[in-house]
Amino acid sequence: MNREEKLARQSRIRNFSIIAHIDHGKSTLADRILEKTNALAQREMKSQLLDSMDLERERGITIKLNAVQLKYKAKDGEEYTFHLIDTPGHVDFTYEVSRSLAACEGAVLVVDAAQGIEAQTLANVYLALDNNLEIIPVINKIDLPSAEPERVRQEIEDVIGLDASEAVLASAKAGIGIEEILEQVVDLVPAPQGDPDAPLKALIFDSVYDAYRGVVAYIRVFDGTIKPGDKIKMMATGKEFEVIEIGAMTPKVELRDELTVGDVGFLTGAIKNVGDTRVGDTITGAKNSATEALPGYRRLNPMVYCGLYPIDASKFNDLRDALEKLELNDAALQFEAESSQALGFGFRCGFLGLLHMEIVQERIEREFNIDLITTAPSVIYDVILTDGTELKVDNPANMPESQKIERVEEPYVKATMMAPNEFVGTIMELGQKKRGNFVNMEYMDENRVSIVYEIPLSEIVYDFFDQLKSNTRGYASFDYELIGYRPSKLVKMDILLNSETVDALSFIVHTDFSYERGKLIVEKLKKLIPRQQFEVPIQAAIGQKIVARSSISAMRKNVLAKCYGGDISRKRKLLEKQKAGKKRMKQVGSVEVPQEAFMAVLKMDDTTPKK
Amino acid sequence: MIQSAYIHIPFCEHICHYCDFNKVFLQGQPVDEYLKMMKKEMQLQVKTYPSAPELETIFVGGGTPTSLNETQLQYLCDSISETFTLKKDGEYTFEANPGELSREKLEILYQSGVNRLSFGVQSFTDDLLKRIGRTHRAADVYETIEKAQSVGFTNISIDLIYGLPGQTMEDFTDTLDKALALDLPHYSSYSLIVEPKTVFYNLMQKGKLHLPPQDTEANMYEKLMETMEKHNLHQYEISNFARTGFESRHNLTYWNNEEYYGIGAGAHGYTGGKRIANHGPVKKYMNPLQADELPVLETHVVPLNEKMEEEMFLGLRKTAGVSMQHFKDKFFVEMTEVFAKPIEEQTRHGLLVQENDFIRLTEKGKLLGNEVFQAFLNG
Repeated sequence: MNREEKLARQSRIRNFSIIAHIDHGKSTLADRILEKTNALAQREMKSQLLDSMDLERERGITIKLNAVQLKYKAKDGEEYTFHLIDTPGHVDFTYEVSRSLAACEGAVLVVDAAQGIEAQTLANVYLALDNNLEIIPVINKIDLPSAEPERVRQEIEDVIGLDASEAVLASAKAGIGIEEILEQVVDLVPAPQGDPDAPLKALIFDSVYDAYRGVVAYIRVFDGTIKPGDKIKMMATGKEFEVIEIGAMTPKVELRDELTVGDVGFLTGAIKNVGDTRVGDTITGAKNSATEALPGYRRLNPMVYCGLYPIDASKFNDLRDALEKLELNDAALQFEAESSQALGFGFRCGFLGLLHMEIVQERIEREFNIDLITTAPSVIYDVILTDGTELKVDNPANMPESQKIERVEEPYVKATMMAPNEFVGTIMELGQKKRGNFVNMEYMDENRVSIVYEIPLSEIVYDFFDQLKSNTRGYASFDYELIGYRPSKLVKMDILLNSETVDALSFIVHTDFSYERGKLIVEKLKKLIPRQQFEVPIQAAIGQKIVARSSISAMRKNVLAKCYGGDISRKRKLLEKQKAGKKRMKQVGSVEVPQEAFMAVLKMDDTTPKK
Repeated sequence: MIQSAYIHIPFCEHICHYCDFNKVFLQGQPVDEYLKMMKKEMQLQVKTYPSAPELETIFVGGGTPTSLNETQLQYLCDSISETFTLKKDGEYTFEANPGELSREKLEILYQSGVNRLSFGVQSFTDDLLKRIGRTHRAADVYETIEKAQSVGFTNISIDLIYGLPGQTMEDFTDTLDKALALDLPHYSSYSLIVEPKTVFYNLMQKGKLHLPPQDTEANMYEKLMETMEKHNLHQYEISNFARTGFESRHNLTYWNNEEYYGIGAGAHGYTGGKRIANHGPVKKYMNPLQADELPVLETHVVPLNEKMEEEMFLGLRKTAGVSMQHFKDKFFVEMTEVFAKPIEEQTRHGLLVQENDFIRLTEKGKLLGNEVFQAFLNG
């Protein structure tokens, strides 16, 4: 292609994402668009094609983005090249969302005609606006009996400040309004700007590890042209590679001779580690380098830490292998070996958020077949000691003695919650209970409010979302962003089983809540730990001071006093089953503790257990 | 050489709420055909796995053996005596339900050489009996036992269950008192275990079964042991009590880890070094026999390590425990060598004790038997 051809083609490229709250129909809309552009024969259609991992499919969420190149013959007679870039739908992956939005010029905003705007929608719309995207509002699910498209149209105008008069009324499920959406993409989304002859600038918005090709980086070209054989450089990491393959997904993998301005596709280059192709980094030529990188790159830092330990101590190396394999594909996952008196050898792992943590855990157990004990998640505390030194503590067990501490600072987030106004009281009560500072409340329309609180991240990690969901019967939506560290009156709570401190059960708690939580955890453990051959006292302590106690009485009877006749095999099986149950528990000192107990610090109902 | 036989009659007039043995409603079942096929099985088994010239014990259980009519009962007893020869002082037991035994049936049994009866009494509290699906009442127990004694039976045992839903300590003590007042030479007392495919299990799934807590059940077991002891009925196994000389020799076959025939639908045998399970459903059981084949569902060849484990977890159920000398004679290796770790560990926990040639459970160990038995399992 010569320059003119490239520019002409560039003018008919449209790059866009779909943004939506979970369940508002993003994946279904993506399927319809693929159908409409004949990207796939009907028989190839797998429902919700863009969600590729099993786990995603099961959980109905998207964790890895994907980009597809589509051809669309518009009503003006021209054929356009569309790049539809999928975005992950969870707050843990906000940064990845922002980078994939940065690869676009436009976004289709899908709002559920019955439920209206949710916190997640708003957060993503703001991300899109930050990236100067043209936003095309779509009111989806208009075929539902409870649909109120006019109310939602008004809400989009009032809350987001978008002109929604042209908003498409659609039903992705029923295939209504799809063509109209595509026409609006052609008309409203700007063509990519950029110079195909300038030094290369390409944004990495995702990367995955492939066992045969090494890292596959998903890129959007802003300036210049990239071809196989080119020497390239990652501007943030400084690493250089030679391009081996480039191509696009249609959604089948198709190799190309070059990618140029506006193109969205992938490249491979014998890159061994996804850490070398960081999301948000700019690729440029090794020789003919761009002077400035594309804006917005940030190194992803984990927000939540927890310990992962194999139940079977001999699986420590297997666990390391598993984490290393996952790391190839997940630049945000961090881990380092640690040891616990109670749990032996394991790893302290850092995650973007709770969902990220759960996904990693589940993949280790499912794909690598390692039974895990997970300690309760913790945030990173800034600890300033009396001698002036500063410590970062990501494991409650490592919190220094209180006499040595000058002050502790903890991360705070700005939490935005949206709900019908009948729940204002409930939400504010929860915000208060979770040590939040009220910031702001706004009516989005007559019925719906948006409430903003500043809340310690540790409370979010604890059980905030579950509580919010259950207290508002699922009506509230929620989003948060980190706003920095603030001093707090925090103490370390230790748990003693049979008079021995179990380091893996220690947690950090605000002084004002320490008694209450100590009592809760002690009662919870009493329920979770089965009776042993001897009485097991459980204590919660701050320093030397016991704040709560209880005990598990000794096992009185465990013997098969049943007439099994001559069925010895059955008797054997029963004993084997009991024994296997024990094996899934961790021997802590002389006490056998089940897996769930280590998560008890996290998952407890905030009601005093009934005796 | 096999010296014991278990024979299973899977028919019942009523199904109890806790029972998970192989059983079906009697009505409409091909009982005559079943008995015929079972006779064939006895003969096939003896041909396949040689029996000792004379058996030590025969045990007919169920289901309900006494649900058979007189003719059927006679046929069954004849089949047994045609196939097996019982030692002169051999033990020949029939299980029976109180209230279901006519004088005629008792006579048939007595004439056929049956010398021991085991009654499924379970409780003397009528209310509880009703709740667990038994059709007999306490009064039937007295009547039937009297009848049996008048026919000539002296070696009589009854089964009692504790830990029943809604059962209180008082209920159980009362049952014990009434049971002991009968002054029988043998008592078995089992704790209720809720098993899948029972009425109780379904109730439990729905949260509608209220069992006594572990502590109450433990108290009942302790009360049981204490009371039996007081009445000179010594505990020779976890759930079995007898006057000296009246221990059930058939059950001891199991605890002593010796071989036995298992005959009938769903019966389990231990023959030729194999644990064998028969097909359970009556039709499935009879089909292969019609073609002169054994109705085997599952066969497990017991490897040496499992044999040794079984020697321990079965043998330790006996109050006497397991003889180290016997172990060595049987397996040509020292018990203390094979099981050094569990023996040391469980002794340290106070659950096992070594006395002369025997390793046995302590008093505490009896209540926590499973903890000990598990320790002897490998893996």
